[in-house]
Amino acid sequence: MMTRLLRFACFCLSLLVLITCAPAERPPIFVWHAYRGNEAKALEQLSLEYGRAHGVRIELLALPYGAYASKLEAAIPHGHGPDVFIDAHERLASYHRNHLVAPATAAAEGDFDASVLDPLRIDGTIYGVPLASKCLALIVNEDLAPKRIASMEGLLDSPMPQGVYPLAYEAQSAYAHAAILHAWGGQMLQADGSFGMVGPEAEASLETAKAWSAKLAKEPDAALVTQLFTSGRAAAVISGPWFLADLGSTLKVKVLPLPMLAATGKPLRPFLTVEAAMLTPDGAQRSEVLAFVHWLATDAEALRVRGAVGKQVVASGSGAGESETTRAFRDAAKGAMPMPTLPTMRATWVPAEQALRKALRGDATPHEALEEAKARFIDAIRPPPPPPPKTPLLLVMGAALLLLTFRIVQRVREPGFRAELQASRPAYRYVTHAAAIVFALVVLPLVAGTATSFFAGTRADPTYVGFANYTAILTARGGDLLGHGSFYLTLLVTILWTVLNVLFHVGIGMALALLLSREKLRLRPLYRTLLILPWAVPSYVTALSWKGMFHRQFGAINAILSALGAEPISWFAKFSTALAANVATNVWLGFPFMMVVTMGALTSIPKEVLEAAEVDGATSWQVFWRVKFPLLKPSLLPAVALGAVWTFNMFNVVFLVSGGEPDESTDILVSAAYRWAFTRDAQLGYAAAYAVMIFVLLFGTSRLMEWFGAKREAK
Amino acid sequence: MKKHLSAFAIHFAIWLAVLFAVYPVLWVVSLAFSGDGGAPEPRVIPVPAHPGLGNFRAFLGLAEDGGVGLFLTQLGNSLLVSLATAAVAIVIATPAAYALARMPFVGKRSAMRVLLATQMFPAVASAVPLYLLLETLHLLDSRAGLVLVYATTAIPFAIFQLRGTIETIPVDLEEAAMVDGATRLQAFVKVVLPAARPAIAVTALFAFMSAWNEFILAATLLSRKSAFTLPIVLQSYVGEHAASWGTFAAGALLVSAPVMALFYLVQRQLVAGLTAGGVKG
Repeated sequence: MMTRLLRFACFCLSLLVLITCAPAERPPIFVWHAYRGNEAKALEQLSLEYGRAHGVRIELLALPYGAYASKLEAAIPHGHGPDVFIDAHERLASYHRNHLVAPATAAAEGDFDASVLDPLRIDGTIYGVPLASKCLALIVNEDLAPKRIASMEGLLDSPMPQGVYPLAYEAQSAYAHAAILHAWGGQMLQADGSFGMVGPEAEASLETAKAWSAKLAKEPDAALVTQLFTSGRAAAVISGPWFLADLGSTLKVKVLPLPMLAATGKPLRPFLTVEAAMLTPDGAQRSEVLAFVHWLATDAEALRVRGAVGKQVVASGSGAGESETTRAFRDAAKGAMPMPTLPTMRATWVPAEQALRKALRGDATPHEALEEAKARFIDAIRPPPPPPPKTPLLLVMGAALLLLTFRIVQRVREPGFRAELQASRPAYRYVTHAAAIVFALVVLPLVAGTATSFFAGTRADPTYVGFANYTAILTARGGDLLGHGSFYLTLLVTILWTVLNVLFHVGIGMALALLLSREKLRLRPLYRTLLILPWAVPSYVTALSWKGMFHRQFGAINAILSALGAEPISWFAKFSTALAANVATNVWLGFPFMMVVTMGALTSIPKEVLEAAEVDGATSWQVFWRVKFPLLKPSLLPAVALGAVWTFNMFNVVFLVSGGEPDESTDILVSAAYRWAFTRDAQLGYAAAYAVMIFVLLFGTSRLMEWFGAKREAK
Repeated sequence: MKKHLSAFAIHFAIWLAVLFAVYPVLWVVSLAFSGDGGAPEPRVIPVPAHPGLGNFRAFLGLAEDGGVGLFLTQLGNSLLVSLATAAVAIVIATPAAYALARMPFVGKRSAMRVLLATQMFPAVASAVPLYLLLETLHLLDSRAGLVLVYATTAIPFAIFQLRGTIETIPVDLEEAAMVDGATRLQAFVKVVLPAARPAIAVTALFAFMSAWNEFILAATLLSRKSAFTLPIVLQSYVGEHAASWGTFAAGALLVSAPVMALFYLVQRQLVAGLTAGGVKG
């Protein structure tokens, strides 16, 4: 015992000595980024080099792009963020509004061109130190493309081998389309921040895109564009420097600035994005952080490594030592148009893209599609209403509190309550910890979410608006109550979605459980394992697999259809087929749960009952309908209710498979809420109000069912 | 003859369902094993065009030195976080489920309603409130904090599931035990827990899986590479402009392999437990 104590004391002492003797190291510089591949490698190499030379540790953290913005927004305001983070300037306005960035005027001094500094300027102040620029260019396969490409029209009409497309690009993306729009002299956003994609130029650009799409592969997304090019099925693509990272070395590739649009005599002009090192308010206070950022952006060695290893078009210097392709992207960037650094830019993408897709599908004339897009843009960026008096909200909350107190007092004053409470004491010992933890970590955040619904504006500067978000939702913001994107229409779609899914889940799940429960079924363990598979693979992977299977031209479903002699279907062009695709995916994801639950419930049916039914000469259908089903019902109902709630809020499938296509018509309430929160000018309060409405609907429905159930039982 | 025919029909129906269940996964497998993206052909049968293991090598970090070490650390994190989530969820949920199934108490109905209600509120923007909460608890950037967050989302479901199961266990056994002098706690531990074992295993698997696959909260709450869980690494193959879908698919298969293995194990347990407990009458 003594020796142990002694040993422990020695250990503590040595620890103390170690701590006090450790050299007082300077705190490291924390850098967050969402780079992958070469760019990440270059940054790692440079951080090590700089750290060694200057005796300061650089802590890099690579984050997935999908969680980047939300992490920055959560961490920086509370002092847990990095000193520096790297991102494209197009999101600068939003970071600035949320006070996540500090001015970087001092660190941005150096030989930067105005073309890369201006996009980082907000109200005259520079936020961020430019590192690299990115824009689209024409990437050609030299074995397939014509030697000289004078114009886009020339490329599209040049003779191609069988099965080879002259061009592939993400025709449905507004970012890619902007190059055509600019060639016609149009613009996405006007200088005053209002929607720019209207008028004859914008309409002409849509006509151009439509004419091209007839000659190109259908529904081209990023993955398909890459596949077409790498497999030698596309002579050229319009893409950015990131495209080259995944190319093999077997292709003879050349990069050119985007060619001329013969119809206008002007070259296609893509958007230019400037990637910058942005300083957080904490990081901007530290001189060593400024020194590092300045070194990273301007030092000759840093420029060389970022160019040669990272394949970046560096924003400073002449680009010495760059490869030929990087130099070509540099040339392309010279003609590019810097993306506007305006807060409303974020709200333009979705309406513009919807108009583009509508025009490409031929669902509307360019004029109609663009006018509609403009109206949607204006709707998305509408300013918050003037702050109303706080009385109505306080009244409602006071009334609710009063009612609750009244109910509790009523309950407490019931005769025998004291005895009941006394009798409950043993039970409380079993539930208190669960109640406490659920309250703290589930209920409190939800209450905080509800509170947001009474505000508008950003998280950093919320404005109180009372019930304005709710009235706007319930009145469809003055528009048609069943019009596009209205709460009621989305609710109808959500109900249809839930009913279809639950029917299929329960139907398929129960049928399979019954089949698998048959005695003497061979291979049962194998079947069971395979049938559970959809549940075991992460849904964000399989949802993407389903999306690929529903591709118009290259998807497996259409391949099966055509093998059966049917016509291929454009799954995401019509509401009915897009909904069918979503439902198929979600049924696939959800039926194993109902199957397992039914299998469990089946085993609780006593054998004697089934045997008795058999002795009485019941057919297997009768056994199921008269005996098994009624016995299964009570144990299945909670699972079905829970499944219905989950389906009602199943965001992943809708978002990943149809993405709301066509024209947001397959959106359900949750994905609509998500749109308000993340793509439409960050209307967080509005999104929270949606969430509360969803909650109220579901809770109301469940209470109603409970009430009906109780009434039926009473009869 | 008729019997044979119906057996055939049953197997046919099951095989059809199996095909439906497996087909999309086969596409993921095919993508993972193909060297490049492959030529986009409308194909019915998912076979990789140029089979190779490059995607798996890339995901495991075999291409770089020291990459495997990091992968193993992150695998360890994932296992630790998911197992701890399952354990915490079960430890907290089982007694509560027992009380809700067996004992009368004041506030029971409200408690059930609140539990159901937590499942109804879509978590569109709960990341920031959770972040603040963990900050005040000083659990930011720790695996313990992540476990706590995951466990709380798993607990309501676990309580539901376990309460349903405990209700189907006959009361007689417990009553007999208590007549014989056992306390309530002893009856719960010695009688109810063993009988509920299969359901506990399945519920634990649920909790494990929800933690195993989650990445947004994990990426938001953790800020060290060595503390990252595998889904964060997996998601980092999807960039802003382009994604390495092949590596992503290979990683997804690697990440889901332990879950599939667990499913297989728990399934055995499920069958064993259910046949042993088949005395209900």
